[in-house]
Amino acid sequence: MAVLLLAEITDGQLAMDATAKTVTAAKPLGDITVLCVGATCAAAAKEAATIEGVSKVLCAEHDLYGHRLAEPAADLVVSLAGDYSHIVAPATTDAKNLMPRIAALLDVMVISDITAVIDADTFERPIYAGNALQTVKSADTTKVISVRGSVFDAAATGGSASVENIGAASDPGLSSWVEDKVAESDRPELTSAGIVVSGGRGVGSEDDFAMIEKLADKLGAAVGASRAAVDSGYAPNDWQVGQTGKVVAPDLYIAIGISGAIQHLAGMKDSKIIVAINKDEEAPIFQVADYGLVADLFDAVPKLIDAL
Amino acid sequence: MKVLVPVKRVIDYNVKVRVKADGSGVDLANVKMSMNPFDEIAVEQAIRLKEAGKAEEVVAVSIGVKQSQETLRTALAMGADRAILIVAADDVHNDIEPLAVAKLLKAVVDEEQPGIVLCGKQAIDNDMNATGQMLSALLGWSQATFASELDIDGDKAVVTREVDGGLQTIKVNMPTVVTVDLRLNEPRYASLPNIMKAKKKPLDEKTPADYGVDVGNRLEIVKTAEPETRKAGIKVGSVEELVTKLKDEAGVL
Repeated sequence: MAVLLLAEITDGQLAMDATAKTVTAAKPLGDITVLCVGATCAAAAKEAATIEGVSKVLCAEHDLYGHRLAEPAADLVVSLAGDYSHIVAPATTDAKNLMPRIAALLDVMVISDITAVIDADTFERPIYAGNALQTVKSADTTKVISVRGSVFDAAATGGSASVENIGAASDPGLSSWVEDKVAESDRPELTSAGIVVSGGRGVGSEDDFAMIEKLADKLGAAVGASRAAVDSGYAPNDWQVGQTGKVVAPDLYIAIGISGAIQHLAGMKDSKIIVAINKDEEAPIFQVADYGLVADLFDAVPKLIDAL
Repeated sequence: MKVLVPVKRVIDYNVKVRVKADGSGVDLANVKMSMNPFDEIAVEQAIRLKEAGKAEEVVAVSIGVKQSQETLRTALAMGADRAILIVAADDVHNDIEPLAVAKLLKAVVDEEQPGIVLCGKQAIDNDMNATGQMLSALLGWSQATFASELDIDGDKAVVTREVDGGLQTIKVNMPTVVTVDLRLNEPRYASLPNIMKAKKKPLDEKTPADYGVDVGNRLEIVKTAEPETRKAGIKVGSVEELVTKLKDEAGVL
């Protein structure tokens, strides 16, 4: 049994947290080879080689793989797939774009967003916005899997796997990159932060959302948002936590002015401690909150900032 | 150009799902079903392409139980021109996997020759997020997933995608498969006259056998369980009490 694990790489930089968590998930499945794909990925490959449990790193550095277009990257993975029983990646937007394409080219099903490995063929994954957990057994020869990082611990570093450079596969020439609009952020990355402070519709405006950010900065936390806050333009869409946004499981999740719709809970209900601040004491968020404070957020949040 | 829009009948997004006591699945008997919310956005986009003169015909297709024709009628009432229903399951609890759906859709594409396929980014029941990508792979087409903006210009489409760090714009060759994200548009409501008119629009009924596709599952569902419930929390009276609890009791500050 051998595992090909796709490292998460953005602009030449390895997303260590996401990749190391996926290594933990994949460890019981066999010997792990990490594949680094990108226009520049030599440094990322070197870093990936230090993750404990990785036995080899393949580095496919080529202009063709800049900006992670699905078509050429999928062709590359498929060209390598013959040697592996499992192809695994962290469930990021990159992998969600890529893995089903790889699976279909191999004529196998994809197993999205797994939360547990039962054995080499059997996996658990949440369905219905996390309201049910399904255990599925795959009959396919190759298992193509994306891993929900928030439920696995990151593997330690200190290893020293060998790095092998490999060439590019052919260019399907179906798509090209135009531009990126990257959201500026000095704060911790949302999916790996220890504390997340999220605001919802109750915050009321983009200006008032600054208060949520101020609280987050005081706590060294990442900022999240509900769909309502994003749709109303209070926060950028890559801050969205939920079924259609990011899934987080920090030590502390503070939900402010968020009612707690099913779709939002899907993205945060595995947090260790949940705090809710809401003036509606009937809000569903209080059913999952460890500590609830029924109060006007415009009164409570500044007080909270002062108290910390 | 013709637009093909796959739509799925799923449990209504507001319904709190119940796992069956025997662990065999989620209880879908007598539960309100609706069109998958992302598919509504795909239908809306298809109609907007037609209204902008970039598409001549919008064909909606659904795969599943016979009752999926209600979902197709909704798409027709929104403005789709005709519909294809592939009856592949006789029990609502049998969810056809994305790979089989993609194979059936490929067969439909081969027959209908659309210039673009607009899919939802994921179905809110199986949360797979795979069918569009799989269809694109089987067709050997380009793909543009999680689209929040779409502009078709001749033989290319410029698509802005919602990715983890922000937005990414790519240019893809037509024909293409686009999967749509929440922020692409605001779907319209079907008016009563349009609902009445939709009843007269053509709806072809087919079976997987018509396309020679095996819809057997690759993933055996071993069991379905309730997620662990969180232990009941407490309400605190003040900000000070909250901070104290977080520091002393929870130890997270």
